[in-house]
Amino acid sequence: MADLESWTCPLPLRDYPTIVLGHGGGGRLSAELVEHVFLPAFGNPALDALGDASVLPPAAGRLAFTTDSYVVRPLFFPGGSIGELAVNGSVNDLAMRGAVPRYLSAGFILEEGLPLDALGRVVTRMAAAARAAGVQIVTGDTKVVERGHGDQCYINTAGIGFIPDGVEIGPDRARPGDLVLVSGTIGDHGMAIMSVREGLAFESPIVSDCQPLHGLVAAMLDAAPPGAIRALRDPTRGGLAAALHEIGGRSRVGVMVEEPRIPVTGPVQAACEMLGLDPLHVANEGKLVAIVDPACADRVLAAMRSHPAGRDARLIGAMTADHPGLLMARTGIGATRVIAPSLGEQLPRIC
Amino acid sequence: MKYLTEFRDGPAARSLAADIRRSVTRPWVLMEVCGGQTHSIIRNGIDQLLPPELELVHGPGCPVCVTPLELIDKALAIAARPGVIFCSFGDMVRVPGSEKDLFRVKSEGGDVRIVYSPLDALRLARQFPDREVVFFGIGFETTAPANAMALHLARREGLRNFSMLVSHVLVPPALEAILSSPTRRVQGFLAAGHVCSVMGYWQYPPIARQWSVPIVVTGFEPLDLLEGIRRAVRQLEAGRAEVENAYPRAVTEEGNRPAQALLAEVFEATDRAWRGIGVIPKSGWRLTEAYRPFDAEARFDVGAIRTVEPARCRAGEVLQGTLKPHQCEAFGKECTPRTPLGATMVSSEGACAAYYHYRPLPGAAGGGTDG
Repeated sequence: MADLESWTCPLPLRDYPTIVLGHGGGGRLSAELVEHVFLPAFGNPALDALGDASVLPPAAGRLAFTTDSYVVRPLFFPGGSIGELAVNGSVNDLAMRGAVPRYLSAGFILEEGLPLDALGRVVTRMAAAARAAGVQIVTGDTKVVERGHGDQCYINTAGIGFIPDGVEIGPDRARPGDLVLVSGTIGDHGMAIMSVREGLAFESPIVSDCQPLHGLVAAMLDAAPPGAIRALRDPTRGGLAAALHEIGGRSRVGVMVEEPRIPVTGPVQAACEMLGLDPLHVANEGKLVAIVDPACADRVLAAMRSHPAGRDARLIGAMTADHPGLLMARTGIGATRVIAPSLGEQLPRIC
Repeated sequence: MKYLTEFRDGPAARSLAADIRRSVTRPWVLMEVCGGQTHSIIRNGIDQLLPPELELVHGPGCPVCVTPLELIDKALAIAARPGVIFCSFGDMVRVPGSEKDLFRVKSEGGDVRIVYSPLDALRLARQFPDREVVFFGIGFETTAPANAMALHLARREGLRNFSMLVSHVLVPPALEAILSSPTRRVQGFLAAGHVCSVMGYWQYPPIARQWSVPIVVTGFEPLDLLEGIRRAVRQLEAGRAEVENAYPRAVTEEGNRPAQALLAEVFEATDRAWRGIGVIPKSGWRLTEAYRPFDAEARFDVGAIRTVEPARCRAGEVLQGTLKPHQCEAFGKECTPRTPLGATMVSSEGACAAYYHYRPLPGAAGGGTDG
């Protein structure tokens, strides 16, 4: 495995220890960046040809296509970096439609002054994440913006995957009676970022859950007959609440979750309590929520638990015809409440 | 973490609730003073376990909600100044002033920073000696000690670029104002546990005696709240009006004496306007003579700003327990967290926000659909 922490600047690049505008100018500096940073990390036949577009072989099944931009600050955080996030984020978006992820593009927007070493480490981590997820980065682009016009490094990735025949997963397919499974503890990524960004020191550091989920999805699909897995979402921004709101709304069914069953680690719970945040609204980068036919929920849950990315999977609730479009929770003391979608960023409370 | 699970235990909560149901023989109205208690009650659905005779009304203990509009406008004016770093608790940044909020000022180029402690603001002042760092010092007695400590340190270090926009408010005068109101319905109080952890509860027996109301110092977890309610109901049913401490793991009668000494050094009592309620005599703290140089209002000359409250917002009635959030005609219609008429809709301790987030909207299948 590549050493993710050490990156040695290749000799030809040593004149410029930081990114300068010329690195995005399309001239010699740009070419050196491609030749000595991107190609050695990402190299594959489609990319190595360095054409204006990559040419890819046809494959069986329907095409799934997605894109996402990554602007996380800081670039490196406990459990990952913007590099892993940029790969796993798009891989997971594909996986949530049941697609097998194959190819990614990578567009970098770099701020003048970014240490070349930081870019090198991001790219190394990105390449490792792509290898781990079995996807190839087949096309890319780099632009440099003046200092103060960006925040170090932004990455956009687009992803292509193929959906095997018979796989039909979508947010509008949930029905009353379907069960709600979550693949593990929630809120880890958001609180990991929050704790480093705000300089909060907790007794046990909170680590991002950033990981690819297509392997877990494949194991779930293997365990269930076609159509039994109705909907999948990776609860990123907006957290579990936003994911369930979207599925309930698109499928026009209600959702009832049992609040005490929702897995949250002690440190995340404590950090949320301290800051007045609700883990239900906090971002995840390596979890999924699945809406599953009740007839095979046990088998799917067992398959999830025997996969490393779903070890802590749990049944947390059910879809219902009672209150279409509404997300409700049964609380620990046996009462019920609404879970409203959050407006935007959650704000830490005063006391 | 044990505290969190232990004091949220379902079977124990239901057994306490059953005890309350058995003790109640006629209608009673209790007020939980603190907005944090309101949120816990609504979020956990504690009111759903109580007998119909027992009504909980929500008190004024939301510091963000009672901060006058005028002061928020002053904050916005200071935050928009070039050279200023304006520090606030996160709660405050979305509270509407008369034209905008701190978020808007930030997006327009103001340097507004969310901090977790006034000591963070102090650190910024040391770090940027050529900038003016202002902390928005609001809150009840709970947040006051940290603010007092920040000012104490700033004075000791001779930090000239640090100041505070102070609008501290106090619980006991607010309780007396509620009790002396002609529309008073409240028959007993669940006193705010965190305020009492600082101030103790030695101030309460005269109030309980004078107005014949039980006052029970109460915490914030489901079992804490149910225990507070149980004790208040027992007193009411027995015709007693005493002060009890149902939160002994955090509160003593005398409170935190060193904190109180620091507060007395930095702050002195003053008449204070409460948003939506009006001026309550001796209900706030301002800086003492020795700390006046740290007064942001004087330093930035915003004392002349005058503002009128919008007539549509009935938050004042909500804060005094005479109106429930969903009884307001604007609730969930023109007033939502996205387009708030008042602070009670956006503060994490605001009663209107609690109803909006945790309960189905009246007449709508979709519940809170903002965002």
